[in-house]
Amino acid sequence: MLSRKFTTTACAAALAALSFNAQAQISGGSVKIGVLTDLSGTYSDLAGSGAVLATRMAIDDFIANEKPNFKIEMVTADHQNKADIASNKAREWIERESVDTVTELVTTSTALAVMKVAKEKDRLVIMNGPAATPITNEQCNDVSIHYTYDTYALANGTAKAVTAQGGKNWFFLTADYAFGHALEKDSAAVVTANGGKVLGTVRHPFPGSDFSSFLLKAQASGAQVIGLANAGTDTTNAIKQAAEFGITPTQSLAGLLMFITDVHALGLKPTQGMFLTTGFYWDRNDETRAWSKRFFDKQKKMPTMVQAGQYSSIYNYLKAVKATGTDDTGKVMAMMKKTPINDFFAKNGKIRDDGRMVHDMFLVQVKKPADSKYPWDYYTIKATIPAAEAFQPLSQSRCPLIKK
Amino acid sequence: MEIFGIPTALLGSQLLVGLINGSFYAILSLGLAIIFGLLNIINFCHGAQYMMGAFVAWIALTRFGINYWVALIGAPLIVGVVGVLIERLMLRRLYKLDHLYGLLLTFGLALIIEGIFRDQFGISGESYEVPEALTGGVNLGFMFLPIYRGWVIVASLIVCFGTWYMIERTKLGAYLRAGTENSQMVQALGINVPLLITFTYGYGVALAAFAGVLAAPIFQVNPLMGSNLIIVVFAVVVIGGMGSIMGSILTGLGLGLVEGMTKVFYPEASSVVVFVIMVIVLLVRPAGLFGKS
Amino acid sequence: MNSKSYLETKLPLLFGVLFVIGLVAPFAVYPTFLMKILCYALFACAFNLLLGFAGLLSFGHAAFLGTAGYVCGMMVRDVGVTPEVGILAGTVAAGLLGWLFGTLAIRRTGIYFAMITLALAQMVFFLALQIKETGGEDGLQGVPRGHLFGVVDLSDNLAMYYLVFAIFCVGFFVIYRTIHSPFGQILKAIRENEPRAVSLGYDVNKFKLIAFVISAALAGTAGATKTLVFQLASLSDVHWHASGEVVLMTLLGGLGTILGPIVGAATIVSLQTQLADSVGSWVTVIMGVIFVICVLSFRRGIVGELQVLIKRSGVN
Repeated sequence: MLSRKFTTTACAAALAALSFNAQAQISGGSVKIGVLTDLSGTYSDLAGSGAVLATRMAIDDFIANEKPNFKIEMVTADHQNKADIASNKAREWIERESVDTVTELVTTSTALAVMKVAKEKDRLVIMNGPAATPITNEQCNDVSIHYTYDTYALANGTAKAVTAQGGKNWFFLTADYAFGHALEKDSAAVVTANGGKVLGTVRHPFPGSDFSSFLLKAQASGAQVIGLANAGTDTTNAIKQAAEFGITPTQSLAGLLMFITDVHALGLKPTQGMFLTTGFYWDRNDETRAWSKRFFDKQKKMPTMVQAGQYSSIYNYLKAVKATGTDDTGKVMAMMKKTPINDFFAKNGKIRDDGRMVHDMFLVQVKKPADSKYPWDYYTIKATIPAAEAFQPLSQSRCPLIKK
Repeated sequence: MEIFGIPTALLGSQLLVGLINGSFYAILSLGLAIIFGLLNIINFCHGAQYMMGAFVAWIALTRFGINYWVALIGAPLIVGVVGVLIERLMLRRLYKLDHLYGLLLTFGLALIIEGIFRDQFGISGESYEVPEALTGGVNLGFMFLPIYRGWVIVASLIVCFGTWYMIERTKLGAYLRAGTENSQMVQALGINVPLLITFTYGYGVALAAFAGVLAAPIFQVNPLMGSNLIIVVFAVVVIGGMGSIMGSILTGLGLGLVEGMTKVFYPEASSVVVFVIMVIVLLVRPAGLFGKS
Repeated sequence: MNSKSYLETKLPLLFGVLFVIGLVAPFAVYPTFLMKILCYALFACAFNLLLGFAGLLSFGHAAFLGTAGYVCGMMVRDVGVTPEVGILAGTVAAGLLGWLFGTLAIRRTGIYFAMITLALAQMVFFLALQIKETGGEDGLQGVPRGHLFGVVDLSDNLAMYYLVFAIFCVGFFVIYRTIHSPFGQILKAIRENEPRAVSLGYDVNKFKLIAFVISAALAGTAGATKTLVFQLASLSDVHWHASGEVVLMTLLGGLGTILGPIVGAATIVSLQTQLADSVGSWVTVIMGVIFVICVLSFRRGIVGELQVLIKRSGVN
């Protein structure tokens, strides 16, 4: 092992001496980024073509600003939220097209599948869309970065804030699959830790369309807060129907995973007053506004945190490639973990050894229709959750890479 | 008061909610049953046509300011005309063949329709507001019933039993039933059977679109809103007895109730209970609950 | 009549050519892609045995594909058996499930048969979603390919390919023999005219059941092999869409032809792979268009149409 490492280093040194540019170190003379996302299904609005656009913008900006001496290519594919398609595609990209990094990967099942392939083939995985915490815990590995958010951060932001505001009694409406269970578990832990109580849970088939029976159960439980541990159309339908059955004024809803596209789809009337946690809001400061306007001009929709995170992660990945002069997974990973992330998306963001990128998260409240002054003016930022508190501390990590 | 550990008030409200869902099943399965009865075609794009009804209403409201009540009549007409075109241009060529081909053709059409809408409108879906006259709700003592949901039950019962009356009790319905039994004979009697068939398919499709408009203010108007529903509605038609008009209406309502009960006791299973019932019914009564074998 | 025997005489030659193509293909085409085609081709062939030769439309074949995949995955990953034992276990499990489905379903015919199989498959889907061991939505991940007979390392794509190819050939041979045996003749007789077969004294239900079990078991072989190739078993293999897809493959290739399902599977898998990259979300629309064209003006399927062409030229 040692000798192999030595040979590689020796070879690298020799090569570097031979050629004046770093190109020799980039396999095939170009860095190839694969965007594997949901281009057609439930999550295509929050990630999808917007994530592809964000990647393209990151590559174009990087070329314009940093003038790299290597080529950058992008390939995209639709994983249809299916683990088998994702793993198949990732394998094909790596084996046939020598893709250097597979990115985005909304839905946890596809992310976990691709992480296994990437580990086997020693390539980088950068995840922005998936949410479940096992990615950086039981299933963690040293080639993966979980960049934008996770269920711990969401629960920690929203559930904590709502409980602190007096919403002590909770009832969970959970999508009956791994992600829903993870979100419910993380949130319930936060609720009880902050002096609240979980009165009950109902698990609905995924995807569902009529939530009225489940909502009536939640209503009958007398809980103050109904926690929605689901995503996408399940969440939007549940919110809409809660308003319809007159549940929302008396009991409040907590959308544990909501994106700005969901709020946009529902409108402010049924969502007003809801708390949610996000890693990015376009209208936070001049920097975020400037970037988001550029995104909006092309996509006609404001970016979600996944799409903004995608841009940031790709840009910083390319910076690490330029700094190390290689696309070797181990070296680029080491550089990325060493370099703090500072851009419009994150300030002093840091990639930990378990692959978790920690950065500030934001607790926001959805505005009343009357307070919304211009298109996409949806959130009031209530609190900034500092990076150190937002994510699961390493001391609680179940990742084997973390030595305690 | 409690039954099996569940408060009766909750039980009552769950039954009512089940009945509301059952109303949708009833209209949708009625359309399927009519189409199957006369055309011998299993209309797999019924779910897509239901979705089209909701979207036409949404487009009418947001782009042209046309209100709910006009859309309730207009959207089924528009989608019905699309159905007529499908029948004239495609289905017509399959009547002499096995059922399988009709099913496959409409399955393909469903993929096409849903794909196009998904490309045009994205996946998150669009909101459709409850019409002004039907907002709010009434407190029934055991539950808060949104007026709109009450309207859904009423509207669906009117349409379902109106259709039943038309088929079973009018002259037009008599032709229809006769055409189902022996189309050559009816043709010989001077009735334009091909036109009758086209009309029937159009009407079945219009029923689906009607259900779509009814559903628009309750569910998110979404390109895939019909794709999961279709399998359940199939099961309803099979349980009721393929082609039986009253069977499909009663089974639709009944299954809504059963599903509602399942949601109380074992919510995870609410999407599968209909299939369990279907297997049991088919094994005990091969032609379905109301079918003639 | 002569032309048919002409076709039949050429079959061994055709098989030989295809076999050689199968042997050299991985040097020209990406092996994982070929393995996917072979798995689906076997699945479609198994399905075709039932629909094309026994006239039974099962709308629940995904249950066999998926169940075998899960069983094989659990055996290899959690019990630690060698891959060939895993595939065998998957096949047996699918066969048993097929026996259960078959006993319940064959008492009904036509559309009711299709609906019962669909309903049963939906229950299997529900179980796969609920049981903890299958990993629910995440699927059964991280299945090792292992060593064949404890010797040959299958993590090498070429080794894996030849195993899949061998399995496919065996499966195909079993189907071919079944169709051309007296048993297969009786199946065809049942398909053409069931009452006549009954009056000839055949126990129709027994024959249907045997055909169903063979078809289910081979669909299981395909599913178990697929799990090893991709190293995971997932819900999409038990979903009713997979049942619909296999109908499309068989129909496109040619219902009731020997080679049709293979051609159909190859076409659909290639289209899905190619289209996914170039047209994105339009894939479903294009699939829909293929369905419609097939049904309206191409009902014999690719192989079926070709056979008609050859027959015509043979007569001239």
